[in-house]
Amino acid sequence: MKLVSKSIRSLITVSAIGLSLLSNPVSAADDNKSVKVGFVMFLSGAASGPFGIPAKQAAELLVDSINAGSLPAPYNSVGLAGAKISPIYTDEASKQKVADYKKLVQKDEVDIVIGYISSGSCKAIAPVAEQEKTLTVFFDCGTPQIFEEIITNPSYVYRTAASSTMDSVAAAKYLLSEKGSVKSIAGINQNYAWGQDSWRDFSESIKALGGKVDIATEQFPKIYAGQYGSEISVILTKKPDVVHSSFWGGDMEALVLQAGARGVFSRSQVVLTTGESAMHRLGKQIPDGTIIGARGPNGDLAPASELNTWFREAYLKRFGSLPTYPSYHMAQALLGVKAAADKAGKSDITSINTALKGSEFATPSGPVYMSLANGHQATQETAYGTFKFDKKTKAATVTNVKRYPAECVNPPEGVNSIDWIKSGFKGAKC
Amino acid sequence: MLTAVAIILDGLSFSAWLFLASAGLTLIYGVMRILNIAHGGFYAFGAYTSAMFVGWYSSTDGHPALVYLFIFLAALVVGILLGLLIERGCLRFMYKSDEVLMVLVTYAIFLILEDATKLIWGVDPYFAFEPYAYLGLVEIFGLPYQVYDLALIALAVICGFLLWWGMNKTRTGKLLLVVIEDREISSGLGINVAFIFTITFIIGATLGALGGAVTAPKISVNPGLGVEVIVMAFAVVVIGGLGSIGGAMLGSVIVGFARAASVHLLPEVELFAIYGVMALVLAIKPYGLFAQAEGRKI
Repeated sequence: MKLVSKSIRSLITVSAIGLSLLSNPVSAADDNKSVKVGFVMFLSGAASGPFGIPAKQAAELLVDSINAGSLPAPYNSVGLAGAKISPIYTDEASKQKVADYKKLVQKDEVDIVIGYISSGSCKAIAPVAEQEKTLTVFFDCGTPQIFEEIITNPSYVYRTAASSTMDSVAAAKYLLSEKGSVKSIAGINQNYAWGQDSWRDFSESIKALGGKVDIATEQFPKIYAGQYGSEISVILTKKPDVVHSSFWGGDMEALVLQAGARGVFSRSQVVLTTGESAMHRLGKQIPDGTIIGARGPNGDLAPASELNTWFREAYLKRFGSLPTYPSYHMAQALLGVKAAADKAGKSDITSINTALKGSEFATPSGPVYMSLANGHQATQETAYGTFKFDKKTKAATVTNVKRYPAECVNPPEGVNSIDWIKSGFKGAKC
Repeated sequence: MLTAVAIILDGLSFSAWLFLASAGLTLIYGVMRILNIAHGGFYAFGAYTSAMFVGWYSSTDGHPALVYLFIFLAALVVGILLGLLIERGCLRFMYKSDEVLMVLVTYAIFLILEDATKLIWGVDPYFAFEPYAYLGLVEIFGLPYQVYDLALIALAVICGFLLWWGMNKTRTGKLLLVVIEDREISSGLGINVAFIFTITFIIGATLGALGGAVTAPKISVNPGLGVEVIVMAFAVVVIGGLGSIGGAMLGSVIVGFARAASVHLLPEVELFAIYGVMALVLAIKPYGLFAQAEGRKI
């Protein structure tokens, strides 16, 4: 009896050791580990073509390259600390964004969510991500409200692109450096967080930098309105020196077509903070002299580097077009996660979360610093330029590019964007 | 003075677009009693087909002025093909169904059309700006205005006139008015109601497609185009009274001018102005301005 019970004990012990070995694979078996990442971007609707699809394509390219270990240094290792990325793509153009997010987390059991183009989406998802305790990286949305009002003490939510404050402040600085001074400005921006925050930061920056300025008109048409005849007439009747627009996607393209045809660009200096995303598609429809931005040093404004060259060539080869800023923002998010995992040497979410906080990492658009919101909000240098259509090569180009350091166009840690702007950019290092 | 001129021009321009986008919707409801959500799909198909035709023609050496023919051709092709396919292939089997069910059926068709646009044209934007730029610019009291936008006002007036003339001065139109009055008695009198329905649906679909086709040169033709339009079109036809062409015209003018005035004078209430006017009209005339009282059949 004793012999039998000893045999059984031995069998149980051996089985336990075997099971333990199977459940804790080491070294060579690491290749089989995977991190499930849920990607959310517009796959339908008006924002899919100019934003969602370029972002998805960048995600596909980066995921394949990370899994194959074929990225240039410093990302030339396989996977996230050895673990392959297993992607799931979800459409952001949904009336039930929170339910979709919860499905990704609870049913699909993703480890990380990387997503969201619309500021409205980010505002809705941020508190839910904190409740669900799921590592969530916002890759593109711009409103500064996320970490200034919605979640002021984040634990799981990150944004690897700078907020719209950077775009607006840099636009104002570039404009004034080019024009000297302006007497009146007008804004046409979409009627939600992104558009309102962009205009607020831009107009306040102009006031802080250039003194007294007349606000000729503030137009906030509904997103996806598509018809801007009345707004353009208002701008033409008010005759402002400058017209600012943070329109994006089809709205921006429609505005360029309609306002360009009616002579707005020749009567006022137009600033398009997201103009780069459509410059190659619209070509000469964008009048020469338009000031354009790319929400960071992205696309044609990206600094030269091995990583950027690889990204542009690989993207062009695979998809037949050059990457625009939504593609760059997606690359930033994925490379931020990879950098954190590689730094931690582990692919578990707690390790990635800890390593991502306050980190610095290289991207095709230069270094990104997770320096705001207690290490959860990115800053980086940015650039603006002037559009010019090259008639000889029939190519859209950006000339007179000026670059602004991260500390020059982003508020210091702990200071709200609007307070910083109104203080006259106290603490800025330009 | 300049602001007043701008409000009038912008009001007329937006009204024209609204009428072109909503005339087919109200026509189909008036005759067939179908609240056709798929109308937004016709608009989107019209815009994409127009952009495709214009893009193709602009790449040839053809005379630039002929490009406008392709816009109308796009509307005709879409209206006839889609109208015929949907009415003959689906709706005719459900004419005895409840109006609410028909709303759901046309909503399903709308969703199918939305996905079909993505299948056919993908999700990249299409541009067809050549016709918009070709007609050039005029200055009206110092306000630059695209001639194309003024031409759309004329087109809306012509469409409105043709619809009025067609319904009141032609034999088919008079038969159509009889069907609107009472389809059962019309059928009893020997009128081919099924044929009238098919023709009406095709005309309605063509009008929807025309709205999209003429708008395409001004915009970036993107997926989801039809969603925005159908909401505005409903606001217009509800104000005017469902089923009334005159009502759609008046509704377009009211909404167009309300929006233009608010954008110029009080931009903060631009969106509210449209639906505020709608709420006001419905509070006074619950069935819209031109809706006629209907006897209930027992």
